[in-house]
Amino acid sequence: MTLTIVLIYLLLVLAIGGLSHRLFRGTGEDYFLATRTIGPFLLLMSLFGTHMTAFSLLGASGEAYRTGIAVFALMGSSSALVVPVVFYFIGIRLWAIGKRRGYVTQVQYFRERWGSDALGLMLFVVLILLLIPYLLIGVMGSGLTLSEISGGRIPEWAGSLAVCLVVMAYVTYGGLRGTAWVNTFQTLVFMVLGGMTYLWIVRKLGGLDAALARVGESRPDLLMMGDGIEPLKVLTYTCIPLSVGMFPHIFMHWLTARSARTFRLPMIGYPLCLTAVWLPSVLLGVLGHLDFPDLHGPAASSILVRLIHLHAPDILAGFLAAGVFAAIMSSLDSQVLSLGTMFTHDVVRHYGFDGSMSERAQVLSGRLFVSGILLVTYLISLVAHRSIFRLGVWSFTGFAALFPLVVAAVYWKRSTKAGALASIVSVVVMWIGFFLRGWNDPAYTVGGLGIMPVAVMLLVSSVVLVVVSLMTRPPEPSVVARFFDDAPAAGIAE
Amino acid sequence: MKSKSVRWALYAGLIAVYLLHNDTWLRGDSTLVLGLPVSLLYHVVYCLVVAALMAMLVRFAWPFSDRSEP
Repeated sequence: MTLTIVLIYLLLVLAIGGLSHRLFRGTGEDYFLATRTIGPFLLLMSLFGTHMTAFSLLGASGEAYRTGIAVFALMGSSSALVVPVVFYFIGIRLWAIGKRRGYVTQVQYFRERWGSDALGLMLFVVLILLLIPYLLIGVMGSGLTLSEISGGRIPEWAGSLAVCLVVMAYVTYGGLRGTAWVNTFQTLVFMVLGGMTYLWIVRKLGGLDAALARVGESRPDLLMMGDGIEPLKVLTYTCIPLSVGMFPHIFMHWLTARSARTFRLPMIGYPLCLTAVWLPSVLLGVLGHLDFPDLHGPAASSILVRLIHLHAPDILAGFLAAGVFAAIMSSLDSQVLSLGTMFTHDVVRHYGFDGSMSERAQVLSGRLFVSGILLVTYLISLVAHRSIFRLGVWSFTGFAALFPLVVAAVYWKRSTKAGALASIVSVVVMWIGFFLRGWNDPAYTVGGLGIMPVAVMLLVSSVVLVVVSLMTRPPEPSVVARFFDDAPAAGIAE
Repeated sequence: MKSKSVRWALYAGLIAVYLLHNDTWLRGDSTLVLGLPVSLLYHVVYCLVVAALMAMLVRFAWPFSDRSEP
């Protein structure tokens, strides 16, 4: 039953991707950015689906099982605030600049903003290195989850292969429009199926009130923000969602918006969608203690799968598998497409063709890179160790620490390429330093004080950017004028 | 003038909401309120408040002038 539902789901995804191709205009801009025609609902679903991974279904319940409801504050409500604020202060402005100047990738923007090929190249390498573990987590996670849900009948390699092939098919065929359409469908799927799973299991446990009261009798610590999570950790954890400002795949989706107004719904809807997905996941993780009180390590991460096996019929397990696939693929597709876009525009087009490349060649290049990246990711996933899953938070940390760069690019005329370069170098050095210290300890905080490494990295990279910029020659007025003086013409309020 | 002061009032609201994220006064409290642990309920309401604040920013402090809108 599980396999049948997953197969039907994957066929539906392929059909939607195929349908989107009917609107394909055959140009590079259409393949990479859907000719900037995406409307409010599709943008909300694409941004939310791309940002939420399978972690919001399985990881959140696993974390809630370990640490209780605090995980909602730590990872859920902090994102509910920070992400739409980044859309408001950064996203719309980048959309306006991108539309006016015809940008397709983040690297193009930063390279021209500070007039430096070296900066563009360095950023390209850093962004790709930070994104690779993220891709691997998606591909490996899909195989692992399907294997767990099917009780080991479906090998991990087969689940990962299925996800890679389906994503490859609709991303190469449908480009960004296909990705946005499929993302919308997948986001709705994982929101609805997550909700259904929650309602079914809570009913089986005798209702939410009764079940939580029983948890409270044996483990009251799970129903409160306890001593295990210091206030400083809660405070500094709010820095991690700033990563959304530097994700190449989010930048790509921002550029697809039809108009500035298109951003209004995503800004308001994001906190609501996040609550709809995270609240059931966190509650189910906590309620898992009623049936499975002593799980440790990776076993705790699969609490949702265990609850379903215990309480739900086979068909719900199949739906959950489809929901997890939806959550994984809705992130993986955009990440892979953004990498394909970066390779096409920032390497092949910029260095190989001096900016000129036929529309047809751009589309072909994008398709080849998308296929190649998926193939390489799949092959690495076959040999990569499971400890790669620990890299997730470090990947987010790296992107978040680069956030001062985009703030300076958008708001600070006096920032210089030397300042930006020094800031990137500081992030790389600190990331390696903290990573070597904290890699083996999931609860690692700076000096054991509850301060997340991301907060220190943000502070240092900001200071470095400001100090080095002020110590170096101001940027050429013509460059500044290109990005700031015509802001009123673009309609940006001063 | 009025719209500028509304804008800055809403920005101040954002800062206030950010500071209110850390519900230290509810630490150690596992009471159930409206069927949810009180700290979890606080953060659910918090998300709704954020959505309302974003709606106000969109309505009263939109960073684009109308003439740029297609």
